[in-house]
Amino acid sequence: MTIAKDSSAFANGRSLLTLPRQQEARVLSVADHRPGDVIARRLRELGFVPGELVRVVAQGPLGGDPLLVQVGFTRFALRRAEAERVQVETLP
Amino acid sequence: MSAATLRIALVGNPNCGKTALFNRLTGSRQKVANYAGVTVERKEGRFADGNGRVVQVLDLPGTYSLAATSPDEAITRDVCLGRMAGEPRPDLLVCVVDATNLRLHLRFVLEVQRLGLPMLLALNCTDLAEKRGIRIDRDRLQAGLGIPVVETVAVRSGGTQALVQRLGQALPPPPKPLPEGTDLHAAVNHLLADAVRMPRRTAEIDDRIDRVLLHPVWGLAILAAVMFLMFQAVFSWAEPLMGGIEALVGWAGQGVSALLPEGVLKSLLVDGILAGIGGVVVFLPQILILFLFILALEESGYLPRAAFLLDRFMVGAGLTGRSFIPLLSSFACAVPGIMATRSIQDPRERLATILVAPLMTCSARLPIYALLIAAFIPAQTVWGVFNLQGLVLFALYAAGIASALAVATVMKWWRRSKLEHSLLLELPSYRLPNARDLALGLWERAVIFLKRVGGIILALTVILWALSSFPAPPEGATAPAIDYSFAGQLGHALQWLFAPIGFNWQICIALIPGLAAREVAVSALATVYALSATDDAAAELLTPILSAQWSLPTALSLLAWYVFAPQCISTLAAIRRETLSWRTVAIAAGYLFALAYLASFLTYRLALAFA
Repeated sequence: MTIAKDSSAFANGRSLLTLPRQQEARVLSVADHRPGDVIARRLRELGFVPGELVRVVAQGPLGGDPLLVQVGFTRFALRRAEAERVQVETLP
Repeated sequence: MSAATLRIALVGNPNCGKTALFNRLTGSRQKVANYAGVTVERKEGRFADGNGRVVQVLDLPGTYSLAATSPDEAITRDVCLGRMAGEPRPDLLVCVVDATNLRLHLRFVLEVQRLGLPMLLALNCTDLAEKRGIRIDRDRLQAGLGIPVVETVAVRSGGTQALVQRLGQALPPPPKPLPEGTDLHAAVNHLLADAVRMPRRTAEIDDRIDRVLLHPVWGLAILAAVMFLMFQAVFSWAEPLMGGIEALVGWAGQGVSALLPEGVLKSLLVDGILAGIGGVVVFLPQILILFLFILALEESGYLPRAAFLLDRFMVGAGLTGRSFIPLLSSFACAVPGIMATRSIQDPRERLATILVAPLMTCSARLPIYALLIAAFIPAQTVWGVFNLQGLVLFALYAAGIASALAVATVMKWWRRSKLEHSLLLELPSYRLPNARDLALGLWERAVIFLKRVGGIILALTVILWALSSFPAPPEGATAPAIDYSFAGQLGHALQWLFAPIGFNWQICIALIPGLAAREVAVSALATVYALSATDDAAAELLTPILSAQWSLPTALSLLAWYVFAPQCISTLAAIRRETLSWRTVAIAAGYLFALAYLASFLTYRLALAFA
């Protein structure tokens, strides 16, 4: 997992995983976990692209997994490993 | 195909209302089959356009992108690109988008725009968009995209009129694709800024419902209540209908008996074909009620929520939240459960779900459990509150669930796949299920069940009938007729195999006709013990005979056997239909048989040691 390195790339960046519930944030990037990461590509296709607003709406009942994430007009259930790829910055 | 026919294909994101639009356009003029060589459902229908020309329409699987990540998305990509063998490239693509979710759906439209095929955009759910205060300037959108845009309301009668009329006009020219390397998201945002005004990001009502239905405590409690209601319905509503079907089959049997002389033909029709078909069709009411619930839950948007709530529980065993409904359905019957795995896109997760579905205790096992428990387990109270018979029944169900989780976990290790399985599940807006779509969906399931599974079952029940009827007993025979038949000989021959797990030759014989369906074993036992009676009466008469003639270890061993035994040709036929692989059928039957033997052996030996 490359999360620590990716987070440090942005002064204000953090993984979507660490975002408190219902707090608005802006997507900075989606990190590839390996070359040609299919899941990362699909996340971008689903609208996780720089500048989009995201919010964690709910968490699964066991271990907070999966996360329910609102992006644009759509809600997606993401497992923690998927949400970890999304780097966000919180809005002031 | 004549030149007068127009071939179109519906494409779009999942949850864009594509299938509802397809249903509205074609009504019941649909054909459901599989694409050649894969188990992705192929839905085709036809209707007449504004000029009376026949339009042939293909409902392609919903996809988020042409960069496919699952077999059904690959089908959509290949048909659109004209790379699918035996599937001519459509003349026109109708891109369906949900007007309340344009930001996501228009991105795919821009991707499809690059294909160079004539295109139409069906702006669906415009009624909902209007209600939410979303204002879409159709002319600006049309100009921005460079393709004709029509508004549709798939759930309303006449809601496809604009689309049908536009199809009657000349084909639009293929749209000009965006320059290579264009950022599609930016292009969508540009389009939206130009043509759409919207007050709020999502429907407030969704927020409010989700707050309750996805709550860690309330959400799970409501899910449990919904499932409880579903099972109540499956078992109690279906009861009178099943009784009716049984009566009808019995009546038909009597009618045929009265018409035909005693002999092989009569036996084939009454004991073979009618009994065989009756034994399968009797489950149709349960299956339809089950699918009514599943379809309604799916249409309303609740099903993905259930998958969300349960995903974590299932992932540990190498399954997915999406496996939940198929496995739950399997408690009624594994056949609809295995059919319902079509909603699992990941092929490996789907296979794992199919392989463990037969371990869920289906309703056909209940008559056998009931018979053996009544005969061998005393109706005493334990720990002051529990009924021992009830506890044993519960233990049998629990054993099925525990072994399913264990088997799925073992399969996960076995594969040792480093590939990450994703969830990435969209939770769509809630909507009221549409009666017409439910009815069409139910009809489709009923046809699949009767046609696809019925054919194989009919053939096999005739074979089993022949095995149990030939050769006929010699003159002056004293033992029951089945004893002299191939099935009887086979039963005797198999005894060495089953002796270590405590089965006597009567059980061995009953296991053979019981292959058709598990509960047939009860009437087969009655035949072996020379009783001529129907299932229910047989159980009553059998109880004292069994408790007198069998030992307790034998009875417990047979109970353990039925937790696992792959003794259901319908299930194996469904596995074959859904995987197109005899190898998978062999794996399923093999591992279930091995588990059944092992469980019975341990049960028998332990019971002998303690008895």
